[in-house]
Formats: sequence, structure tokens, C-alpha cells
Amino acid sequence: MRELKILAVVVFFTLVTYWGVEPFAHSQMHKHVEGQEFIYNGTADIKGAEAALEKAKAEGTDTAAAQAKVEAKKAFWADVEKIAQLQGNAANGEAAFATCLGCHNGAGVNMGGVIPPNLDHAGSLYDKNYLIALIKDPAMASNVDHKYEDTMTHPMGSIKGMITDDQQIADIVAYMQEKMAGEVTTKEAFDEACARCHAMRYAKTTQLGDTPEFKHEKDALAHEIKVLEEQELVKTYMGKLPPDLSIMIRARSEHFMETFVENPQTQLAGTSMPRVGLNKEGYEKVKTYLEEVGDPSKPAREAIGPWVILFFVVFTVLAYLWKKSQWRDLH
Amino acid sequence: MAHFEKAKSVNEWLDQRLAVNTLKRVLSTEYWIPKDINFLWAMGMVLAATFGLLLISGIFLLMYYKPDATLAFDSVNYTIMSEVGYGWLWRHIHGVAASVVFLIIYIHMLTGIYYGSYKKGRELIWLSGMGLFVAFSAEAFSGYMLPWGQMSYWAGMVITNLFSGGSLEAYGLVEWIRGDYVPGDAFLTRFFMLHVLLIPLVIIGLIVLHFGTLRIPHVNNQEGAEIDFEEAAELYKAGKKKESKVIPFNPVFLSKDVFVMGVYFIFFFYLVFYHFNFAMDPVNFDPADGLKTPAHIYPEWYFLWSYEILRPFPKDPGLIAFGIAQAAFFFLPFIDRSPNVAPAHKRGLFFVWFWILVVDMIVLTILGKLPPEGIFNTLGTIAAVVFLLLGPALFVITKFEKKL
Amino acid sequence: MGKDVQGRRDFMGMALGGFTALGGLGALYAMKRSWDPLPSVKAAGFTTIDLSAAQENVLNIEKWRGKPIFILKKSKDMKPDDRDVVIGEDRYHMSIGLCTHLGCIPAYLPEKKMFHCACHGGQFDTSGHQIFGPPPSPLEIPPFKIEGTKLVLGEAGPEYQKMLDAGITA
Repeated sequence: MRELKILAVVVFFTLVTYWGVEPFAHSQMHKHVEGQEFIYNGTADIKGAEAALEKAKAEGTDTAAAQAKVEAKKAFWADVEKIAQLQGNAANGEAAFATCLGCHNGAGVNMGGVIPPNLDHAGSLYDKNYLIALIKDPAMASNVDHKYEDTMTHPMGSIKGMITDDQQIADIVAYMQEKMAGEVTTKEAFDEACARCHAMRYAKTTQLGDTPEFKHEKDALAHEIKVLEEQELVKTYMGKLPPDLSIMIRARSEHFMETFVENPQTQLAGTSMPRVGLNKEGYEKVKTYLEEVGDPSKPAREAIGPWVILFFVVFTVLAYLWKKSQWRDLH
Repeated sequence: MAHFEKAKSVNEWLDQRLAVNTLKRVLSTEYWIPKDINFLWAMGMVLAATFGLLLISGIFLLMYYKPDATLAFDSVNYTIMSEVGYGWLWRHIHGVAASVVFLIIYIHMLTGIYYGSYKKGRELIWLSGMGLFVAFSAEAFSGYMLPWGQMSYWAGMVITNLFSGGSLEAYGLVEWIRGDYVPGDAFLTRFFMLHVLLIPLVIIGLIVLHFGTLRIPHVNNQEGAEIDFEEAAELYKAGKKKESKVIPFNPVFLSKDVFVMGVYFIFFFYLVFYHFNFAMDPVNFDPADGLKTPAHIYPEWYFLWSYEILRPFPKDPGLIAFGIAQAAFFFLPFIDRSPNVAPAHKRGLFFVWFWILVVDMIVLTILGKLPPEGIFNTLGTIAAVVFLLLGPALFVITKFEKKL
Repeated sequence: MGKDVQGRRDFMGMALGGFTALGGLGALYAMKRSWDPLPSVKAAGFTTIDLSAAQENVLNIEKWRGKPIFILKKSKDMKPDDRDVVIGEDRYHMSIGLCTHLGCIPAYLPEKKMFHCACHGGQFDTSGHQIFGPPPSPLEIPPFKIEGTKLVLGEAGPEYQKMLDAGITA
């Protein structure tokens, strides 16, 4: 039928245009980054260092340093793998964890740039290998060693001098996985993993935690100043103030978010954002929270959508019958 | 005062005072449309319906939107999207409709070109329609400023800079348009005014004019055949519906329109609920930041073809090419020298010309979003030159077209 | 035949019209919801007021849901009333400070121990009863809950419930 042919032509050109301006254009605009399934074994880090070495060779700059970096990364992640094989003792780990409590105590005091995160659910949010790596050398683990001449100067770098025994690292991680785990709400996951750097104004959260209700403007302003001061410290430490995450879930694609959280360097080379080390479940929790705050209409859309479409399908069928009855005796 | 009889019904009462029966006859039941049409003839009503959706959803957005550079972003993304009951629905409808309306406009325009519906007495239909296209473009652009995200800000920056006129360096004019050195609060509030008042008024006026221009030359038909509408209408009214070449707008033409609208609404609401990102660019969910340009900036898809004509050339020729592209379609009825009102497939070379136009515009659209590098640059230049040559080519082709 | 076709036509047109109206109702519901007060407005509908610092015969005006709230600690010589909020030994008059005539805010005259509305001359005693002029009813008491020496406005506590049941306030 003629009309169907015309429709096919219209649909064809519409789809070609759509393909060109959406999937194809985006595939050209954004580089593809391979996801790691939230497994942290240093593959991506070593690859990154090797790429830097290649680049140094091509440009004839300091290859020795780049070479050393590759070696250091390889050695570091091999060590992590070795520690992961050790049998951790949670009871011993609890004692050793006292060292951690010196900073990770919920006091909310900025130390060297950020407030040390709350570790209440560290065992269930973060990957085991990552935790091991982090205790061994925080800057290397979070893949921001490019920021530090000596990784000791990382805000948590002193841990390298305090916990030096591999077995002890295994014990602490075993302790966290056993005792500092359990059910995590989506908000807790966000607060523990992200909120020390990222505010979320749609959830009334800042780097200092949830913003209380103030009756007097003076108190509200005083709190705001405290937040600004904290943000200034974070800014000094990170180079720029990490963005508010209120609707980040709609501002970035799913793939970007996932690979960025996994290893920020792959998406934004040189960024000061550390790898956070979330495991798959931990990431899902954070993502759900970002959705709850940044895209709260999703459940409603999914609930109403089918009904609206069904309505118009029935509408169209009725309209077709009406049209048929009207046009019956015209030809 | 005129003499009034006591009315026996509400209808009669209204008829005495408003001539509703005459209006109904003239505007609907005896407004004659050719019978020889296809679903493309419903695009006008589809556009009207989409405009209606934009108007209704816009009213509800307007109730909560705050035209203030510090408040706008959150009033849209927080208040409307998460606080207002069904606020998200209005925004998604508004955003998707603003994008889809251009798809339908382009289909409507190309239909007109294909069937020669801008010729011989129908010039004003075409010109008022082009006026609507320009008004809708201005409406879309001004609306795009309002959420005050990164794309709003940088689109505002780039587009207003076009008014510097290249080497004319009319930065005073640019600042005058913005009311500021950069797009700021004054810029936002004036574009808000344009978006919710002035341009909609213009659009509504142009829609009325567009309908009016249809009245005397009548709607075209699939063969471009000349119809004696009065004779055909008499046949129809005499019950000889099979023999008559016309149908009344209401209910016969309308029933087809409504069916096409139904199909369109299925597609439209599928986009609203499940596939809206194409119309609501993720980059615009980052708040405006005058100190940081997004990695990729590009207009919405419907402006891409003309944007791509601007891009491959140096500054001044680029602006001139862009200006020509913007105005070119206005002159179509006067460039086309052929006396034939007929579908393109009966017009020889014009048929080839038509498909080159379609393909070239799509190529320009696709290239317009791609990063201007390497092969894309070359292709972009070729496509832009082809577009610019299409005008003179049409003149020559139609000059020598055989009379049918 | 002709008549039949006509009937069928009307039927389909009307069926479509009716079905469209159904959709219209759905759209109207969404529009109605869009006019509702926002969740943040509703959440802000609770105000806590500390009464411990109140002084006798001094009117405190607080704000609740955008309206003024009168709080008057009664002195011994003021007549006790069922409308009083009683906390320990102390009695308070607490009401929405809008004249029940046409909604102006009456002024408190401490020396006369009464409220006087400047708009149309309505007067209320220290228990909020209308004593002169056009006001048709006593000053309205908002929902409240007593928490120690604090009042939470917007929440209905047992004392408020008792007043409601007794028909003292609406």
C-alpha cells in the first residue's frame, strides 16, 4: 500500500538521523573505557603506567621515571595479591584496628584535606583487594600516586609507617569484612563512600553531613560558614571543589559513572579524585541513592508509562474504526 | 440594535449572537479538503496537537519555574522534577515535544516541497509556514536557556556571539542582546519573557495566518490536480460522495487526522516515558559555569544542519553561508521557476534534486554533532557546499522543466 | 442501510470521544496534583515553640504555616478557661492570631487585658472569646502537642484532641 511505503521512507530517514545524532555521535565523542567489573587487581593501573611509558618514549622525555612507575605498580599489586592469599584473623585485626580509629573515629575533623571517612560498613562496601591495597599504600591503591612525590605525604600515607606487617593487614581486612559489614542503606553507602568530598544539596547534605534545620538565620549562616571552610580545605587538597552530586545520575551516562568510580583516571586522566574501591554491591547502593535523589520520578515513570501507552493504543484502534466508518462510502 | 427573536434552544441563542452555525459550517463541516491525500496531510494537525501539548505542559512548568540565574537550575531540577506532583511529566512532555515538533515540522516542510504545495497561489502558505519555522526556532532556543545548565549557558554564549557579525565585531550589539558582558541574569530574564510571552504570541498569530492562507488556494492533493472545489462540494452534498473529489474537514478528514495523531501519540509518549535523553541532554544537568566549557558543545539536533553550514568555513564566509542557509527556504516559491504543481516523481530532475536535498540535510545534521576533525571536516565542507549549490541548481532545473 | 451506517458512525465517534474524555480525566488528575502544596511546604508545617521563658500578660507572636500564633501566659487574675493550654501550674492562651471576622491581626492591649482588632473593632478576651463586634467565633486554636515545656504546632496531641471532642475548637 502506498501509505505504508511513504511511512517506511519517513521512518527510515528519521531513524538514520537519530542514529547519526545519538548513538553514532556519542560513540565518536566519548572514548570507550573497558569496565573492570569492580575487581581491583591493578590491571588498569599498570596499563595506564605502561601507556605513560610509551608516551614518554615517543616524546623523548624522562623514560626512567616512567619505567620505574611501571615497575612500582607491578610490584605493588603483586604484593597485594600475596596478602590477599593470607588467612586473616579477625580477633587480631580488631586490636590492630585501634590504629585506624585514631583518625576514622567519626569526629568529623578535617585531616590533611578531608574528613576521614566513616568505616562502619567498610567490609561490605569496599572490595577486599582494594582495602588491602589501601592499607599498604593509600596513594597507590587509589591510583592518585601521580599527585605525590612521596606517597607518605598522602593524608593517609602515614599508615605505611604504622602498619608494615602483611599478616596484620590481612587481619584488619578480615576484621572489617567480618564486623564492619552488614546491611547498608543506600544513604549510608553514599555518606561513607562519597560525602566527605561531594555535597548533595537536593538531599541537604554537605561535606559536614546532613544539614540540620535552623530556626534562626544566624545559626544557619554560621553553619554555612563552617561548610564553606570545610569545602575550602577539600578544594585545597583536591585542586578544585568536587562537584555536587545531586543530579549527577542524569548528567552522566551509566557507563561513564561505572568506569569513573572504578578508576577515575581512565575517564579523566590526571584527576585528583581517588579510586574509592567500591565493590559491585557497594556501587549499586550508591547508584541507587543517586537515583533516589537525582531522578526520583523513575518509579512513577515506570508505573504510569505502560498505562499511557496502552491508552493511546486503544485510542488509535478506536480512531481507526471511526476513520473506517467515515471513509467507508467515499471510494 | 438589531432585532432578536426569543431563542428556542441554547444553540439558537448562540447562533443569533455569534453565528455559531455559520462558523461551524465554514470552518469545519463545509471546509473542503481533497480526497486524494495520504497520512502526510495530517502533519498539520499533529503539529497543532504538539503545540497544544507544549502550551499545556508549559503552563504547569511556568507555575514553578524561577527566572533567576541563581534559582533557575534548582527550580527546574529540584522543585519541578522532584517536588511538584507530576512536575517531571510536564517537563518530559515539554522537552520531548520541543524536539519532536521539529521532526514533524521538517516532515511537513519536505511534504510541501515534494508535492509542490508552495506554488501558484500557495506562496503565502509557504511563507507563513517558514515564519512559523523561524518562530519555533526562536522559541526552542529561548526555552533551551531556561534550565540554566551548562548547555544553556554555552549555547547562549555561542549563538549571541554570532550577532557580532564576524569581522564587523559588533560586540556592542552582542552585549545589548545579552544585557550583560556574558549571558547572565538579565539575559535569562529577557529570554524567559521571549519564551513565555512574546514568541508564543507571534506563533499563535502565525498559526492563524497559516490557516488563513489555506482558505482560498485550498489544501493541495497527491497529484497536484486542480479541483473545482465548489462543484465538487455540491456533488458531495448531493450524496455523490464517490464521485466527489472532496471531503469535509469535519468529520471525514478529521477522522483520518485523529487516527494519525493516535499513532503519533504512541510514539510520542514512548519517548516521554522511556527514551527522553535525546531531547534532554545530560550535559544540561550540570549547572551553568561561566568558567568551564563542556568538552563537546553542539546545538539540539534540529539546528545541526545549519550549524554545520557555519562550521567548515572561515569566520566571515561561514556567517554568510549560515545566513543564506537560514533564509534560503523562504525563497523556494520564487526560485522554483517551473509552472508544474505536481509530486516530485513526476517532475524529472526535480525529483533527484529533492532527494539530494533530503540526504544532504541529514548528512549535515549528523556531521554537525561530530567533532570537527579529519574526515568529518572534509565531508562537512562538501555537504555545506552542496547545500549552497542546491539553490542555483533548483533555479536551473526548474527553468528547463517540461510543462506537464 | 443509510440509517444504519449513520448510527454506526455516531457510535464510533462517540466511543472515541468518550474514551478521550477518560484520558482527559487522567490528565486533569495530574494537573490537580501539580497545584497541590509541595512536600517541602507540608513538611514545614510543624513549628516548635518553647514556653519556658514566657512572661505573664506579655503577648508573644510566633509564626506557624505563615500565620501569626498568639501565645499569652495568663496571670492569676485572668479567668481560667477550657481553651487554655495548661503546662504544670501555668496556663497559656494560644491561638491563631487572625480575627475570625475577616482575618486581620488583632492587637493585644495589656492594660485592658484584651485583644482589639483595628479593622472592624472586634474584641476578644484573654481566652480568645469574642466579646464585642462582628467576630462570629472565638480565636481558632491550631493543632498542638505538649512536649515538656514546648509546644509542637501542626501535630494533634491528646490535649488538642480533647478540645476538638469538646467542640471548643474546630
